[in-house]
Amino acid sequence: MAVSKVTIPAPTPDSMPTAGLFTRPTWTTGIGSWLTTVDHKRLGLLYIGASLMFLAFASIEAFLIRLQLAAPGNTLLSPDVYNQMFTMHGVTMVFLAIMPLGIGFANYFVPLQIGARDLAFPRLNAFGFWVYFFGAVFLYSSFFLGGAPDAGWFAYAPLTSLSNNPGNGTDFYMIGLLVGGIGTLVTAMNLIVTIVSMRAPGMTMMRVPVFTWMILVTAFLIIFAFPPLTIALLQVIFDRTFGTLFYVPEGGGMPILWQHLFWIFGHPEVYIIVLPAFGVISEVIPTFSRKPLFGYPVVILSGIFIGFMGFAVWSHHMFTTGLGPVVNTAFALTSFVIGIPTGIKIFNWLGTIWGGKVRFATPMLYAIAFLVTFTLGGITGIMLAVPPFDAQAQDSYFVVAHFHFAMGGGALLAFFAGLYYWFPKMTGKLLDERLGKTAFWLNVVGFYLIFVPMHVVGLIGMPRRTQTYAEGIGFELPNLLSTAGTFVMGVGLTLLLINIVHGFLRGKPAGNDPWDARTLEWAVSSPPPHHNFDSQPVVNDRDALWVQKYPESVHGERVPASASEPYDAVGIHMPGQSWYPFFMGLALMVFSYALLYHNFWVVGISVAMIFFFTYAWALEGVGGHHLPAGPRTADQSRKEGHA
Amino acid sequence: MSAATASTAVVPGMESGHYRSSKLPDVKLMMWVFLASDIMFFGTLIGTYLVYKGRSLTGPYPVDVLDVPLTTVSTFVLLMSSFLMVLALHALRQDDIAKFRLWTFGVAFFGAIFLGFQVYEFAHFVDLGLTLQGNLFGTTFYVLTGTHGVHVTIGVIWLLSILVHSYVKPWTSKDDVYLEVAGLYWHFVDIVWIVIFTIIYLVEFV
Amino acid sequence: MHVRRWLQRGLAIAVSVPLIAACEFSGPQSALDPSGPVAQAQKDLFVWTLWLSVPVMVGVFGVLVYVLLRFRAKNAEDESSIPHQTHGNFKLEIAWTIIPVILVILIAVPTVRTIFATEQRVEAGPDDLAVHATGYQWWFKFDYLDHGFTTANELIIPVGTRVVVSLDSADVLHSFWVPSLAGKRDMIPNNDNQVWFVADEPGTYYGQCAELCLGAHAYMRFRVIAMERADYDGWIASFQNAAAQPVSADPMVERGRVLVAQKGCVACHTIDGYAAGTEVGNPDFPSLTNFGLRTTVGAAIADNTPENLAAWLRDPQAMKPGNYMPTLWSADDPSREEEIEAIVAYLLSLGRDGLASGQLTLGGVHGGQ
Repeated sequence: MAVSKVTIPAPTPDSMPTAGLFTRPTWTTGIGSWLTTVDHKRLGLLYIGASLMFLAFASIEAFLIRLQLAAPGNTLLSPDVYNQMFTMHGVTMVFLAIMPLGIGFANYFVPLQIGARDLAFPRLNAFGFWVYFFGAVFLYSSFFLGGAPDAGWFAYAPLTSLSNNPGNGTDFYMIGLLVGGIGTLVTAMNLIVTIVSMRAPGMTMMRVPVFTWMILVTAFLIIFAFPPLTIALLQVIFDRTFGTLFYVPEGGGMPILWQHLFWIFGHPEVYIIVLPAFGVISEVIPTFSRKPLFGYPVVILSGIFIGFMGFAVWSHHMFTTGLGPVVNTAFALTSFVIGIPTGIKIFNWLGTIWGGKVRFATPMLYAIAFLVTFTLGGITGIMLAVPPFDAQAQDSYFVVAHFHFAMGGGALLAFFAGLYYWFPKMTGKLLDERLGKTAFWLNVVGFYLIFVPMHVVGLIGMPRRTQTYAEGIGFELPNLLSTAGTFVMGVGLTLLLINIVHGFLRGKPAGNDPWDARTLEWAVSSPPPHHNFDSQPVVNDRDALWVQKYPESVHGERVPASASEPYDAVGIHMPGQSWYPFFMGLALMVFSYALLYHNFWVVGISVAMIFFFTYAWALEGVGGHHLPAGPRTADQSRKEGHA
Repeated sequence: MSAATASTAVVPGMESGHYRSSKLPDVKLMMWVFLASDIMFFGTLIGTYLVYKGRSLTGPYPVDVLDVPLTTVSTFVLLMSSFLMVLALHALRQDDIAKFRLWTFGVAFFGAIFLGFQVYEFAHFVDLGLTLQGNLFGTTFYVLTGTHGVHVTIGVIWLLSILVHSYVKPWTSKDDVYLEVAGLYWHFVDIVWIVIFTIIYLVEFV
Repeated sequence: MHVRRWLQRGLAIAVSVPLIAACEFSGPQSALDPSGPVAQAQKDLFVWTLWLSVPVMVGVFGVLVYVLLRFRAKNAEDESSIPHQTHGNFKLEIAWTIIPVILVILIAVPTVRTIFATEQRVEAGPDDLAVHATGYQWWFKFDYLDHGFTTANELIIPVGTRVVVSLDSADVLHSFWVPSLAGKRDMIPNNDNQVWFVADEPGTYYGQCAELCLGAHAYMRFRVIAMERADYDGWIASFQNAAAQPVSADPMVERGRVLVAQKGCVACHTIDGYAAGTEVGNPDFPSLTNFGLRTTVGAAIADNTPENLAAWLRDPQAMKPGNYMPTLWSADDPSREEEIEAIVAYLLSLGRDGLASGQLTLGGVHGGQ
């Protein structure tokens, strides 16, 4: 390959700037480059960075909760402050930390895994991030502006009515999630179009990596699950702002409607959180067992089945609300059924390890911890699907234990596996293995110390969301153990963050493919060049990279690699940066504050701003620039400005 | 360093640097996906209406205020606007720019007439004592039809923007997908209205 | 280090076993310590699912430990060797789909049976005790529908009789949960929920609100006290005759009786028999009728002793932050202690037919605590 012949001109915008407003920014370094980026890799890093920051906030909130509960009668946190702590812990973990972590990985790796250069709508992608970010800032500003939301992360009516909860906190919750949800929705739509339309030639759906498949199912879940939540939030906002009667019992409103709408969203939401985690595990285990995923079509199909069934189980969160034995039976049965495909996935992961060559690098350790923890979480889930038992366990610490095992031990551990797995690809540097393993053990032991006793204390009668508890009936020891566990896990999480920072600054060079992996993202440099692939990849197999590296390991006839390599004849078209996604996000935040403070003039102004930015965005033109086709050295790649 | 696996054959579409694994244009697929989520929005609002139907503690009740003949006229106007939308798209595909502009204006105009009917109806209902805060019928009716009205308004603005833009930068049949997605949105809003009209108005008087 | 992976992994699970074993499972609020058929059926189902989960755990964790040991890469050369690239096994997929289906059926059948045995709506008949429970922020009102009186935070029931509790809320969501007798049912405005249960033995069973209701939610508790028939009938009679009960001759009690009007207590709290022929109190606040018989103070957050009652009167916010009881005396009020003593004496005299406090007997506390 003659690499020296390609000359690299400075990137210039193609579209004719018609006015200053429509000139696309072109910074490749500095803060301007981050605020105007549309590069899926940079946005992925922004998502992951923001998620980790909110994970830290949520951990602090959890730590304060556990300090308060270390002994009965503690007065560290008053009931009002305590309610804000567990509410924000839940809202932060679900909406601001774990879900965006999955979306961040999706943003970074879906295009790379399918052989594309970016998402289908790069500016929309940026908009999705900024709306999430500004929505999160808005939500957290509540601590300084009258108090954070305090009605729990699922905010049951009529606890959220104006008469029962006159402070600002509930408005921050309703408006913050309403606006933030817009970002999630558009990103999901973007991912669907990308995965359907931008796969490399030869990459049929049954050759798509499992992570990308799970993201596709997740995206469909998002577009169907978020709207009911959005409407429910809107209804409460109307109740509080305009005096409507949606959830006002005195006017005939039925609080239970809120529960239905919330959980029609809320149950798919937990699958939105966990399916990307399943996808990560389905990449990590094959790589570190050096075998393809066992039962790929079955794993995909069970993911799709879980997606569908996820909409059929919501009332298992409402078994104690008096729906009646017939309804309870129906939802119990659907909830049992949804456990089956999850079990099948676990068996297939075990089958992947069987007969392989297992390497115990840190990503694999987290994947193994996930297998154990999620299985246990799934088992307690089946127990909770039994309405008579759920009548005892619902709203007790048994449920808290269950969902922390499933979402914390499940999704969080899996995303930590993804972090260790993909960090080298995103940064070009390796994380320290010894530090990684130490942090791993502290995290896992700490996790079990925190959450195992919660199963017990729930069964002996401790309800959740209580700022303190009665003495002398057996609650003290489990609570003390749980609090002790937070110290252990706190050290583990701190070490993990230190490892990441240290890796950024001083990690050893990773090379393209430090794990000898199987999918296309490992074929390019670490970090990947701005344009991802020098030429459009063409694939003939699942695990395309592995087949390319070790063709003799794969059965059947293989087309021999050819000598020439096809390049894009007209060069590589890269999308242009833009200010408008950032400004739109800002305008939506202004709108949020205006609505919160009932300042309808400013609401009008922000709507006008949104209109203005919409037009500017639409009329900005295609933008972007061309890079010449052909191979380039790492140095040339760097000059072209990769993330 | 290339990631290409085998194959000397150049895949169609690759030479333009714009290969797609689906025949649907991106914006059209995007609009379909958006409409799928919008179905859930309206489904939730309609579901809320149905749950609270007949549960208002005080009047006015639907039979007291709804004027089916009047709303039938506005429904017809909206339906006609969808027909004009079809004509507009057809004209653009034939590069008949004058007709494209005429019919696009027609759609927006009829949409605006529908909105005018809605505004009149809301004002009239308020006069009759039906308010957002008065009873569950008021709450659910105004929020459901109001959300629909906002969708129509956005559609009207969108179409007028297309119209104005076609004078600034000429549209040709090559741009048809951008009108088509506006059309998909418009037809969707129309179909949702048919459902709303049936559930709120027609069902009361059957 | 790598080779010990299975040992250390197992350690994390093994740590859980003593963690669980170290904790007490019995207790007056324990779902695992049932004292009635409903709670027993619910616990039995839990135990059944626990047993069925054992083969699942043994299977999954056993295989996991096996594959991690057997197929680990033993050295650098091993790490770069490529094992056989198996893609799947159709028969295995069928097998490990069918087995979970069988397990699900094994769980589902007793589940459905128990649902219909414990969750059907019932009509309270002549042999049942019908009670209407209303959740308030942050206390429970109990209306004895057939007997015509109202009490708060303490539900006295006869042993062996089905108790049918209709549930409502006066404000936000609450939940009625007494684990030893039955699983919880939510108290939702406009929902008309119902829960029923039977107590097999005399005893005191602890309950707690199990749905976030803000404020003093953690302090919203109650007691269910099951009595033998004779004792129960006596208790009912004392409530029905509350208006006619003789007031103690003790001057302290008489002073307290005067003070509860002066300090405004009876503006909120109903006391049957406080003043013959007058309507006092507000049904939206806890009734204090026969308060001398009640075993707890402040919605079951402390035992009803003179010390605790005095502490409550002195500073209710300290015991139950955020509740609606005002602080009646400023800290430097010189008459505070004397007035509190008098009110305590009066309240504790209610329902005791002139008996001195300390001569009270109610069923022993359940759970041996």
